[in-house]
Amino acid sequence: MTPHAQARVGHVVPLRVLVGVLATLLVMTYVTVEVSRHDFGRFNLWIALGVAVFKASLVLLFFMHLKYDKPFNAVIVITSLAFLMLFIVIALQDTVAYRPQQIPGYGPSIKTNPK
Amino acid sequence: MSHAEHPPYLQHHFETAEQQFDAGKLGIWLFLATEILLFGGLFCAYAIYRANHPEIFVYAHHYLDKTLGGTNTVILLCSSLTMAWAVRASQLGQRKLLVLLLVLTLLGGAGFMGIKYVEYQQKWKHGLLPGAHFAPHDEGIEAAAPEKPIAPLAGGGADRTTIPPSAEGPAGTVPPASADLSLREGPTRRPSNVQIFFSIYFLMTGLHGIHVLVGMIAIGWILVRSLRGHFGPDYFTPVDFVGLYWHLVDLIWIFLFPLLYLIG
Amino acid sequence: MGTAEGTATGARVSPRLGDNYLTHTRGFASWALTLDHKRIGVMYLVAILTAFLLGGVAALLVRTELIARGPTIMGADAYNKMFTLHGAAMVFLFIIPGIPAALGNFVLPLMLGAKDVAFPRLNLMSFWLWVVGALFAIGAVVAGGVDTGWTFYTPYSTTTNTNVIATTFGAFILGFSSIFTGMNFIVTIHKLRPVGMTWFKMPLFLWSLYGTAMIQVLATPVLAITLLLLIAERALKVGIFDPALGGDPVLYQHFFWFYSHPAVYIMILPAMGIISEVISVHARKHIFGYRFIALSSIAIAVLGFLVWGHHMFVSGQSGMANAIFSVLTFSVAIPSAIKVFNWLATLYKGDIRLSTAMIYGLMFLVTFGIGGLTGLHLGALAVDVHLHDTYFVVAHFHYVMFGGTVVALLAGLHHWWPKMFGVMFDERLGRIAAALIFVGFNTTFFTQFVMGSHGMPRRYYDYVPQFDLYHQISTIGSYVMAAGFFLIAYYLILSLVRGKRAPMNPWGGNSLEWHTPSPPPHDNFSETPVAEDPYDYGKLVYDPAKGGFASRSYEGAGAS
Repeated sequence: MTPHAQARVGHVVPLRVLVGVLATLLVMTYVTVEVSRHDFGRFNLWIALGVAVFKASLVLLFFMHLKYDKPFNAVIVITSLAFLMLFIVIALQDTVAYRPQQIPGYGPSIKTNPK
Repeated sequence: MSHAEHPPYLQHHFETAEQQFDAGKLGIWLFLATEILLFGGLFCAYAIYRANHPEIFVYAHHYLDKTLGGTNTVILLCSSLTMAWAVRASQLGQRKLLVLLLVLTLLGGAGFMGIKYVEYQQKWKHGLLPGAHFAPHDEGIEAAAPEKPIAPLAGGGADRTTIPPSAEGPAGTVPPASADLSLREGPTRRPSNVQIFFSIYFLMTGLHGIHVLVGMIAIGWILVRSLRGHFGPDYFTPVDFVGLYWHLVDLIWIFLFPLLYLIG
Repeated sequence: MGTAEGTATGARVSPRLGDNYLTHTRGFASWALTLDHKRIGVMYLVAILTAFLLGGVAALLVRTELIARGPTIMGADAYNKMFTLHGAAMVFLFIIPGIPAALGNFVLPLMLGAKDVAFPRLNLMSFWLWVVGALFAIGAVVAGGVDTGWTFYTPYSTTTNTNVIATTFGAFILGFSSIFTGMNFIVTIHKLRPVGMTWFKMPLFLWSLYGTAMIQVLATPVLAITLLLLIAERALKVGIFDPALGGDPVLYQHFFWFYSHPAVYIMILPAMGIISEVISVHARKHIFGYRFIALSSIAIAVLGFLVWGHHMFVSGQSGMANAIFSVLTFSVAIPSAIKVFNWLATLYKGDIRLSTAMIYGLMFLVTFGIGGLTGLHLGALAVDVHLHDTYFVVAHFHYVMFGGTVVALLAGLHHWWPKMFGVMFDERLGRIAAALIFVGFNTTFFTQFVMGSHGMPRRYYDYVPQFDLYHQISTIGSYVMAAGFFLIAYYLILSLVRGKRAPMNPWGGNSLEWHTPSPPPHDNFSETPVAEDPYDYGKLVYDPAKGGFASRSYEGAGAS
């Protein structure tokens, strides 16, 4: 084995980086559980999402080595998330906007036995 | 390139091993993008229902066990480490370590599915099922250890309003029950359509669980190939790619956990 | 400069075409388990044309039923199932895989001077997934069919007694076939370009396939989850689209159209790519505005994701969303228009040869033009309120899907037929068939614009007397179209048996597929070719002895 960890193709992530990332992830998990015990009103969701995004970034950058890869791979992830956001935001906005027209419980229900 | 120089794993339409490796990486990331969009649809449904009916989500998430959910989160995060480390081991030709780490990852997956099974079983027992099957019973519901007091349920069976829904419509005889019920009005009133939460819960965790199972099968296959010594510094891409899939499964859970278990 | 027409009485094809990808190995398994992109392309071609036949017969039955009011050849329930079958077979089995799978698979690696696509095994899996999906769809038909329309709108699709789950599961599997093809093409174009072929030196067909692949990868998974949710709704009654259980049926439409609108760009982008190739080659003129056409392919792919709500203007979607989607819909017409202007500029002062391929190329400009422009009518919010769910919509999408994609597929098929099978077809019959299709198609569908604007609703089994004549004309038109297609089938199959041997480069194209024999050898190229400008025809000279073109730098390497 060569003294400096290297592979013929691709990049080898140093072990201390991997373990450090796990430690951070575990700490952030604890944080997010603790924070959920307190009520920050309408920020609850954003704090939880913020922590989740941070954890996800660590997994993406280090465990999935996007940090060491060719940049186009990261472009793929960002593009897919961008389109997903587009979908969620527009559909969400629409449902909020037509909410006044919704009447609870009014409409057909599943009666027949579908195949 | 003479046949002697041609490594066995290099496919004939690629010029170099690096080209093949880069191509494979690109391919697997494109596949992961499709998975992001696939689950994304469910996250969209979640966002819409939560935004329009926050009271349902705040109320219903108490039926979920945070400890089990948190444990599952920790298990998956650790299995991500063992998987990433396994990739590193394959890159460095550390065969025994590779096998050990893959086994540990598999155990993590199995542990996750085991806890999932326990959770699902609890839901089934208490009738907390999706959609039309939602029929909560109150026996042992305290075992879920809710943080805040929840409504005492009025006996077993379909514990919904006895007024049929269409009677509450515009041509009906009953004024529509207010759907914007907040727990601030008092913990004793259960909002209508709580089954929506469980539909979303089962759809999201169910699809995720299927992906965990598929991941475990893939890891099992890599494990078998590792035992046969297929991987080394020259060729480790299957380990790398299965690893990326496994991390994606972990990524999705990183979002599922707070969104389903830690609301409010 | 001479023409490259074959004659019906040309030399017979010798039983042995020499060693090429068709003859390289024999036996069922050598095709069923092939990793050769060319063979996979041919299998796909047979598959999608079979699906086209199925969907086409369903269409003829629908039109026959509609030739007169009331029941003509079937009852109302059967009619609902028939137009659903037509739509589902045409959309999922034929047109979405269509050009990328059948022509793209064959041509893309050749255009790159490559030996194969990036992931040959994944390519084979794509094909077999298509077959499995098709079996589910056929199974659903055999078991009694589906009557929801190909869009499977809730709440009807969650309450009807017909075989929704089988059909949607088939579509789910077909979605993966599409996704894998998209993945393969993106990676191939990124990684397997030859030395010297930078992005802006690629043939435009590849740009269009790249844009298509982007959509396949990003949009199809949303269809997958939509169909899964529909299946869960029916099987497990999760209630996500059912108002009585707190669900929202309009949400289904958001989910469905988030995929299905970009899907129509999956249908049209490769078609536009073919037109860029065919028009340039058969007018012997460098494509005009290469960069504009290339970048407009990407623009269409991106903008196509922003307009899905224009299918939902009258569904209960909010006014704000309606307005936003209407405005964005106008924007997506712009890159398409850019392409059309560039093609016209390419034709201007070109040496136009009216080969069958070129005739379809010119036809595309007319029929796709009409189709695209009528999309603007429908994108205008206030107008759509009147035109939604009328025959105007039906005519619009047939003008773009048929007048666009199918016509371009025919152009591409006739353009690359000599390359794929090593034979020339009868150009005279080709022109006659094209005329039949043009006349038949416009008769069928232009009438539908008129009756739609007069209020004739779509998917209706019966209608009021004021629409009698329109329906009769439309149905007669469909029979003329059908005749055209049977003629095409006839002379193409005849060419396989008796066609004149095709030279390496019958039309004088300069993209790399024309620098290898017709049909290509198993490994595509004996040595990796050097990429040049694919639209530079300066070096190509017609050689009457060969019946095709030879490049001066490749002199002596003509067809055997």
